[in-house]
Amino acid sequence: MIKAILIFNNHGKPRLSKFYEHYTEDTEQQIIRETFHLVSKRDENVCNFLEGGMLIGGSDYKLIYRHYATLYFVFCVDSSESELGILDLIQVFVETLDKCFENVCELDLIFHVDKVHNILAEMVMGGMVLETNMNEIITQVDAQNKMEKAEAGIAGAPARAVSAVKNMNLPEMPRNINIGDISIKVPNLPSFK
Amino acid sequence: MALKIVKGSIDRMFDKNLQDLVRGIRNHKEDEAKYISTCIDEIKQELKQDNIAVKANAVCKLTYLQMLGYDVSWAAFNIVEVMSSSKFTYKRIGYLAASQCFHESTDVIMLTTNQIRKDLSSPNQYDTGVALTGLSCFVTPDLARDLANDIMTLMSHTKPYIRKKAVLIMYKVFLKYPESLRPAFPRLKEKLEDPDPGVQSAAVNVICELARRNPKNYLSLAPLFFKLMTSSTNNWVLIKIIKLFGALTPLEPRLGKKLIEPLTNLIHSTSAMSLLYECVNTVIAVLISLSSGMPNHSASIQLCVQKLRILIEDSDQNLKYLGLLAMSKILKTHPKSVQSHKDLILQCLDDKDESIRLRALDLLYGMVSKKNLMEIVKKLMLHVDKAEGTTYRDELLTKIIDICSQSNYQYITNFEWYISILVELTRLEGTRHGHLIASQMLDVAIRVKAIRVFAVAQMATLLDNAHLLTGNMQRNGICEVLYAAAWICGEFSEHLENPMQTLEAMLRPKVATLPGHIQAVYVQNAAKLFATVLKSQEGNTDSTAAQETSQLMIDRLPLFVQSANLEVQERASCILQLVKYIQKLQQKDVEVAEEVTALFAGELNPVAPKAQKKVPVPEGLDLDAWINEPPSESESEDEQPKAIFAKEEPKHSRPRHTEVDEKELARRREARKQEQANNPFYIKASPSSQKVYQEAPGVEHIPVVQIDLSVPLKVPGLPMSDQYVKLEEERRQKARADKKKKEKKKRKEKHSGRGKKHDSGPESEEDIAPAHQVDIVTEEMPENALPSDDDDKDPNDPHKALDIDLDNLVETAGRRPLADSEKLPVRSHRAAEALKSPAEDGETENAASQEPKKKSSKEKREKKKDKDRERKKSKEEKKKKKKHKHEEKEEDLLGGQADESVVQSDETSMVAEPPTSTSAEEAVTVAAAAEAAPEPEAPSGAAPDSEPDEPKDTEMEETKSSKHKKKKQKKEKEEKEKKKKKKHHHHHHHSDGGGEESVQNGTVEEEEPLPPMSNYCLLAENSYIKMVYDIQGNLQDGSQVVVSVIFENKCDSFLKSMEFNVLDSLNSKLQRPEGSGPHDGLTVPFQLPPGVSNEARFVFTVQSIVMSQKLKGTLTFIVKNEDSSTHEKLDFKLHFTCTSYLITTPCYSDAFAKLLESGDLKGSSVRLEGVNMPFHHLLARICFHHHFSVVERIDSCASMYSRSIQGHHVCLLVKTSGQTVCIDAKCDEPTLLGNVLDEIKQTFSQC
Repeated sequence: MIKAILIFNNHGKPRLSKFYEHYTEDTEQQIIRETFHLVSKRDENVCNFLEGGMLIGGSDYKLIYRHYATLYFVFCVDSSESELGILDLIQVFVETLDKCFENVCELDLIFHVDKVHNILAEMVMGGMVLETNMNEIITQVDAQNKMEKAEAGIAGAPARAVSAVKNMNLPEMPRNINIGDISIKVPNLPSFK
Repeated sequence: MALKIVKGSIDRMFDKNLQDLVRGIRNHKEDEAKYISTCIDEIKQELKQDNIAVKANAVCKLTYLQMLGYDVSWAAFNIVEVMSSSKFTYKRIGYLAASQCFHESTDVIMLTTNQIRKDLSSPNQYDTGVALTGLSCFVTPDLARDLANDIMTLMSHTKPYIRKKAVLIMYKVFLKYPESLRPAFPRLKEKLEDPDPGVQSAAVNVICELARRNPKNYLSLAPLFFKLMTSSTNNWVLIKIIKLFGALTPLEPRLGKKLIEPLTNLIHSTSAMSLLYECVNTVIAVLISLSSGMPNHSASIQLCVQKLRILIEDSDQNLKYLGLLAMSKILKTHPKSVQSHKDLILQCLDDKDESIRLRALDLLYGMVSKKNLMEIVKKLMLHVDKAEGTTYRDELLTKIIDICSQSNYQYITNFEWYISILVELTRLEGTRHGHLIASQMLDVAIRVKAIRVFAVAQMATLLDNAHLLTGNMQRNGICEVLYAAAWICGEFSEHLENPMQTLEAMLRPKVATLPGHIQAVYVQNAAKLFATVLKSQEGNTDSTAAQETSQLMIDRLPLFVQSANLEVQERASCILQLVKYIQKLQQKDVEVAEEVTALFAGELNPVAPKAQKKVPVPEGLDLDAWINEPPSESESEDEQPKAIFAKEEPKHSRPRHTEVDEKELARRREARKQEQANNPFYIKASPSSQKVYQEAPGVEHIPVVQIDLSVPLKVPGLPMSDQYVKLEEERRQKARADKKKKEKKKRKEKHSGRGKKHDSGPESEEDIAPAHQVDIVTEEMPENALPSDDDDKDPNDPHKALDIDLDNLVETAGRRPLADSEKLPVRSHRAAEALKSPAEDGETENAASQEPKKKSSKEKREKKKDKDRERKKSKEEKKKKKKHKHEEKEEDLLGGQADESVVQSDETSMVAEPPTSTSAEEAVTVAAAAEAAPEPEAPSGAAPDSEPDEPKDTEMEETKSSKHKKKKQKKEKEEKEKKKKKKHHHHHHHSDGGGEESVQNGTVEEEEPLPPMSNYCLLAENSYIKMVYDIQGNLQDGSQVVVSVIFENKCDSFLKSMEFNVLDSLNSKLQRPEGSGPHDGLTVPFQLPPGVSNEARFVFTVQSIVMSQKLKGTLTFIVKNEDSSTHEKLDFKLHFTCTSYLITTPCYSDAFAKLLESGDLKGSSVRLEGVNMPFHHLLARICFHHHFSVVERIDSCASMYSRSIQGHHVCLLVKTSGQTVCIDAKCDEPTLLGNVLDEIKQTFSQC
């Protein structure tokens, strides 16, 4: 089982948090802080597994993380999950994000956390891995987005126009952080297709 | 219209959306909190509007704020509103918000049930999908119960997308509503072979999660998984399955043997590291379970170790880490295979990655031997010096001590070396493990007598240089070491070279800055030292030296008398007065040394840390009993109002309380243990050891190696353990040389106290003789100490509830079919319930009160069953399998139709049953809601513990319960078993003599299992309906019997308005509701849809019970088709046998004997010829069909007892020889007895 999935940036700012067990908001923030503290002090060339922190899990739980450009993707899992399998799942997740956002960067996650949630929901459900095939995930996500667009219909058009205008004025939109180029390779791991 | 929409959305588009919110927050970095609070105000305004789009937008923003740590539970209702929007866009937003912030105590969750149900059955697969995803995050027990059936339906959805989600969510449902596991399991199993790989993977996932917690229940699935493993190409699925096998093999070694080969093949063939790693892991698990050490498996171990070595050598840190992790598993059972890779592991200690270093340290623990201990520790000491950061250094320190002290210092050949290591460790700055080092020093000094001289010398040096250690005054800091040093110097002061110097060191003014407990030890041991000094000084003629010593004490002690620490103060003032008195005596030239030494005479023996705990509680002592009754009720009064809020609070408050308590307890226990371990005064001196120190035996005749102690002693704080390493080397070389010369002589020395442990080390270790002949004193334990305490399992573990036996369900539906209560609740039944008569209401109350009890008895049963099965399993496996096959075949013939309906309809589940000899076989379907029906606790076979439930059952007039007869049947059987067990138990207690020969239940169990039996017999049948009935007596009311009738609809039409009527006789009357005439029929309180059956109960009053009798009756009902309805009737005859007036009542053998002796009973007997069945079957039949209980069974002879509803005792003595069964019977009512015997005879003539 996966207990929690966290994405935060190099400064510990949460970009997505998904807990598959209930915690109060305060505890959640504490967990994010603790996890960030644990993960951020590790060098680049060390292993991607950590024995769980005090707040989350306990001895049976591990933190499995990957660091892409400015973002940390952390999965807290118990011993029923394969460590390397989860690493690969993170890779699939990031690649899927990359496809869905076309060269994903931190800003995409910042502004479209709801979409990230929707993508994640097609991969992991209630703490269990639902789908590992990227094409299948993308198909389902696209189909749902299409439905959304169809529902918006004419009413959606002006809203989209407005938001496009809003975005135009803002200098932050340029894709200054590039994590589209995912260069970290998992050795010898065939993707689970 | 369209314009209006456009207009609405133009208004809307200037609302802040999620992106605007995020942007705003980023632009207000300085006053973020303030900005967000204004945003929340805006959101609150938006939520008040009617426009769902505005609401959805607001909820979307709230979800984001929730992530930032803001509590948004106040908007829970709005979230529900958005969830129930008909548009997918908003629905998705709503469900996402709900999944992020709903939890079990969110009260609006109960409003969502119907909405979720609607979404689940939506024609749009994404509506369903989004509902499932959301539900998986916030499912509560209530939701799980209410929606289990809907989700189960979705497991067979046409779209694989829905199927896989439905399968996956079932795990969450099981966790919250364990009762759903059994009914859902067959379908879940089916999904393992789903054509869609996603669904298959989901099913594997769920079963793996289930099996991980309760593996034994899933052993029967092993063949299926085996097939999947060899056929699947999906690595995810393979990994899961292989992990699952890892959990199963410890339970079934034969499975392990089968696995080795395919797993080895996979290891060789796969290119996926993740899969390879899991294979290796499982092979290790298999090898551990097969640890009997079969020779042909050494190849597998070699393969594993070799593959792991490749992983560890890989440049990828992840693989290195995992390799080490897996290696440590092998280490436990096959240390030798790992030891050959010591080089590699030592190399990992230099890794820059802390996770890897820690894993390598773990491995080292298991790799040391006598031969390499010094070398390894030396290397670790180097790391200690280099280590940055106290955490890792402390970790190293504890590891060094762990490694050295493991298995009672098994690997230490030279304790002088070890003491010097400990002394070196004291130089670590900022460590938090001063205490640990101190306790090691104490332990070694106390338990290894030979080392005391050396230890004392070292400790004296430490005391002399105490200023080096006092830098760190914090609790558990390194100054703790002084505690040990002072105690050792004091206790073993006779070994001190220069006691006077040490005494002075202990009385330095600086000591007063140490923590109190250390000062206290200083003061006490100064007194001991004083005694030793006096003794040596009085031997000389010069008495002034002794007086000077006393003066020194008198000068220095007042410092301690002023101490703020009470302990120090008290000890110091006692000793001060003592010394003053001694001084007076000395001035009178009285010899005092002898008496002063006597104050501290006696050896202190080490006591095991758990010794206190292990003292057995004396008989008759109840530690939980009050010594004095608690004073007042005020406490319990306080608690009562709490109960009102129990609904909200228990989850949070109660466990927390216990947790705190446990923690607190554990903390205290720990503190006490440490105190005990540390406090030398706690240890009671054994009566025999009234020796004086100088005579410590064993010291003299120990050959002490010549070491130039002056070097380490004069230069404290310099590393010196290295010298021992060299010395040891030399010594070993010398020993080897010696050995060659005179082998025979050496052999003697090798037989040290630890000789027996040599076997675990490598062969060459035999060559290493310890430097000292060391006598490690074992810690004392109380006499007849209790066996070690068991680890308690967490009672709150939700997975405990899922420990449900599924085997029978899987193998044959007949053995333990789904019972009513296990049926998933179905919506449609609420309508049916409405038709029920008012009598039902009273019943539900009963149901409520009975529920907890029922549950617990069910659990008990479950547990017992599991145990039984485990025991039987291996023996009966083959037999069972044959039997099951047979049963299955029959089942297919009989229940084919039933099986179909399982597939067709989700609202009714059918279970077929193998035929029995006595009753016609029926496939009974249950449709009524389970929640309303209290389960009567199998009145006919009632075991003692179910007795209290009985009256309730019969009190109910016209009880109706949707009851499954098989459930009952099974229960009866089980209860009988239980009962037998009980009896056997009593037997032990009550009959001491001759108890040995009696055959006990255990033997019965090992005989072949009982065939299924049923007490229900056919009442009447036509093409529409079939009725079977059973009669049970009511112990409470001697004139009542309850007739349970199962009505089964056999046709395709709806049966309604059923009326049950009986022509009363003088003796027996049907109880009718007040106000109805003596010839009115009773309305059956339910209707029957096609293929459904249900049970109704009717109460009869009987006057005389000595004779059996028959009552004529009629059932009238309306058959309703789509186009027509007809009135039908069916006549029947109710047969009240005498047996039905009997009630299973347990009886102790002594009471039974008294009863027989009393002479009130009249005898009768009967012979049965040609009975061809095992004796225990025969007994079971009598018990089951005639409501007897076994009092005692000896070989092929058994006494049985039963009681009628009017209190007649019926005693049987059943004997068997060959095919003849002889039953001698006694009863206070001969007519009744005659009839009962006739009925028994008839039962056996039928079979």
